[in-house]
This record gives sequence, C-alpha cells and structure tokens, in this order.
Amino acid sequence: MAQYSTNEFRPGLKVMLDGDPCNIMENEFVKPGKGQAFNRVRLRNLKTGRVWERTFKSGESLMGADVVDVDMQYLYSDGEFWHFMNQKDFEQYVAGESAVADVIKWLKEEDNCIVTLYNGMPLSVTPPNFVELEIIETDPGIRGDTATGGTKPATLSTGAVVNVPLFLNKGEVIRVDTRTGQYGSRAKT
Amino acid sequence: MDHAPKLKPEVKSQIQSKVDWLPNASLQALQKRAQLTHKLRTFFSERQILEVDTPLLSQYSVAAAQLQPVIAHLHDQSHYLQTSPEYSMKRLLAAGSGCIYQLGKAFRHGERGRLHNPEFTLLEWYRVEWTLAQLLDEVSMLLQECAKTPALVQADYGELFIRHVGFNPHLATLGQLQHACIGILGKLDTELIRADLQALLFNHHVEPTLGFDAPIAVINFPEEQAELARLIQPPCIPYCIAERAEIYWQGIELANGYQELTDASELQRRWQQRQQECPHPHPDWSARQDPRLLAALQHGLPKCAGIALGVDRLLMLMLGESHLDKVLSFAVEQA
Repeated sequence: MAQYSTNEFRPGLKVMLDGDPCNIMENEFVKPGKGQAFNRVRLRNLKTGRVWERTFKSGESLMGADVVDVDMQYLYSDGEFWHFMNQKDFEQYVAGESAVADVIKWLKEEDNCIVTLYNGMPLSVTPPNFVELEIIETDPGIRGDTATGGTKPATLSTGAVVNVPLFLNKGEVIRVDTRTGQYGSRAKT
Repeated sequence: MDHAPKLKPEVKSQIQSKVDWLPNASLQALQKRAQLTHKLRTFFSERQILEVDTPLLSQYSVAAAQLQPVIAHLHDQSHYLQTSPEYSMKRLLAAGSGCIYQLGKAFRHGERGRLHNPEFTLLEWYRVEWTLAQLLDEVSMLLQECAKTPALVQADYGELFIRHVGFNPHLATLGQLQHACIGILGKLDTELIRADLQALLFNHHVEPTLGFDAPIAVINFPEEQAELARLIQPPCIPYCIAERAEIYWQGIELANGYQELTDASELQRRWQQRQQECPHPHPDWSARQDPRLLAALQHGLPKCAGIALGVDRLLMLMLGESHLDKVLSFAVEQA
C-alpha cells in the first residue's frame, strides 16, 4: 500500500491510523506565522465508526488502507453469519455480526448493498437507500383516512419498526428510507 | 456573502470555454480591497510615514527554519522571493530612512489552506524610537479607522496559557510540553522543539478563544519564541520574556510585531541556535543568513518597533468570509 503525505490527504482517502482503517473527512492546514506547520485532520475510524481528530506535522505520512467498496447482493443469513455475493465475479463473502449490526433491520434477501472490504474481509455494509418491506404487524387500518396525518408503529418483515400512516394494513409492502428509517410510500405493485 | 454579485461577464458568444478562467473574489470583495488599501495608505501618509518598495527577488532568504522560500532562477544563480520585507526594511532603517511602511506581496512555499495562499499581501511598518506598546496603540487606531473594529485589547501570553492549558509555558520542562501534546498528536513527539510545542498547545487551546469581542494583542512571549524580538528580564520573575506581540481577531492570527532586536552579536547567536535546533538542517542554510542584514545591524539599527499584518486575512474578516480565496482575485490554483 502506498504512503500518503499530509498534503495528499483528501476527504474520502482511506488510511491506517493506530492499526485501524480510517476515512479522512477533513484536512486543515494550520501554521503560525513563525513556527512549524501542522495539518489538523478529522478521520472516521471505519471499524468503530468513531470520529478522531489528530494533528500531524506537515509532511508526515500515513500508510494507505486496503479498503474498497464493492456492490454485492445480500443472499441470506444462517443466524451466525451474513452471506453476500459479488455480482461481477460471483464470489461469495461472509460477514460477521459486527459488520452488519447497524443495518440488519434493512437487509432483505436479493437486495443490492455496498460491502466495504478491508484486507478482503467485509468491514461494514451499506444497504440501498430505499428498501421495500412487508408489514407483518400493525393495528388495523382506518379505511379512507389519508388526510389526518396520524401515524402508528408497524413491524416489518426484517424486524424493523417504523411509523406508518393510519390507513396501511398488515400484508402491505412499503418503501422505507434506510438513511432516516422513515416511511416513504406504498410500494408500487 | 454568497449573494454578492459574482464577476461574470455577459455572455457574448455561444461558445463556452471549458477552462475556468473566472476570478475567485466577487466584485464587491475587489472593491472592498481597493477601499482598504486606499485607507491604509491614507493612514500612513497622514502620519508622514514613508512608503517604500523593496525587492521581492533577493539573493538571500530569511533565517527561519519554518519559512520555505519560493526559489526563482535568475541567470545561473538561485534567488528567493521574499517571505517578508523585514530584512530589506531593516537595512533601510539602519541607513537612516526614519519611519517606513510597505504594502506589498510576500511568498511562502507550501503554505496553502483556508487561511493561506503561497502569495499574499503583507503590510509591514516600523516606528523609529518607539516602544512596542506605542506601536500597539497605533495598530489599534489603524484597525479602528481602516477596518471599523473595536479598540485593541491586550493579554499576557503566559496568563492565557496557564488559564487554557494549565501550566506556565515559560517554566515548563520539555517533557511537560511533550506530554501535554500527546492528546493532540496521538503520540509522544520528541523531535519538536520547545517553541513548536508551545505554539501547538497555544494554537489548539488558546487561539480559538481570542479576539471575538475585540481584536487582541497577545504580548510577553516565551524566550524561545523571540524570533527577532528583543528579550528583557522583568524584575522579580525567574525568566526572560520576548517583547513580541501577536494580534488575533475572531480566532485568527492577523499580525506579528516586535520591539526589534538591534544587537548584531545577539542576532548571530540566534541564527546559530536556529541552525542547531533544526532537526533536518536546511541545505540552503547559508543563503538564509543574509550578511547584509548583519552588517546593517553592526553599523547600527536605531531603536524601533515593527509589525507585519496580513491584509488578505483582515479583508476576509471584514467581509465576514471564512475562506481566504474569497478575497483573492485569483487563488494560486487559478493564478
């Protein structure tokens, strides 16, 4: 892996810091009129999701991280692992719970996800921005109530719970924004 | 400011160039710059201070390890674009010019960011027979008249440092400074010298708090950050302080002034010390010790106070902008 110097740090560059792969978010050049130049850098630790702020002497360098985002299809879970397939070469990847913990409730079989690989192993999974899921449990719908704007909780096939309009019923398929966890619309059939 | 009129020519032809040739600054920012430079020149001419125009291109650079000059080739010899007009102006002072000012460009290699452009506009002036305190009064007048700021206030470097960092920077051991920087650097750094460690802590913990009610002059710097300021030994304290002032406004460093060092042998001693401290000695170090400045000081630099102020940053703050590029006709990538 290549070395990157502070003047090459750009948002989106993946580097190794303290043994963990990190994504550079911001890089600000800081220099007193008389004195050493520094770069104040904000990075997201891709393993923990935590944001770090670190200052480097200008000209210092970090090792690039072997991190790539790959489009994959979610296949199934065996209860312990989550299985994905690269649709280009049909190679299958197995993700542990830590990689999918935040997104389990949005994973639907055959949906296309982005799997972030670190040294060839799934590090994290990003579900599609919108997923279509079936309501498996909710209070009975109030027919014709499309105007009051009230909502009720509904449990979806993946276990996710979202607030939906009052007129929806068990068995209907809805479209949800996975970035906000909010109901979007009824799925077109 | 995002609504400021952009400098966009009326479309005269149907052919749109793919080359981005438009300026970075708005027309309003260019007009404001012209007004500011006019006001600055008026301020100095009203006080009978002589405007000078020293070379940008010089055979010598400055003896500051942290300033990288832009090198220009003239015939077979390397010349340097000036990082500030300090050395030339001091030679004029030694030759008997009296009070002088200069409003011009300076160049610093590798300095680029939100608050840096490698080419920038610097206002530098010297007052003969004045103390630094008198000069700071004049800085206050200048900022009020030309930039409509409140009057300049003052604070002691050591007191600010104690309040925000937790210990006295003048007395701190190297190890104490190194350990205090671990949280910022993520590791123990044993290469940085005392002056850099102090500056790093000050930059992180103190600077973001400075100059929000009014511009502030931080005075009484630690000895190791004296640069070309005179050192004094105040009564009843066990260390020397540098008669140096840094002006901050809205958390941003705006100007740096000294009660100027006039002692030639002390200048030579500091140059040698700088060279020794530098972890990776600079290949062109000999080109940074200008023998003409040394000769001028040996002849005799009058007692004087001097200050250099970043005009682009001042203009940026006057316009409420947060990026220097917004006040530059063309930032370096567009130049």
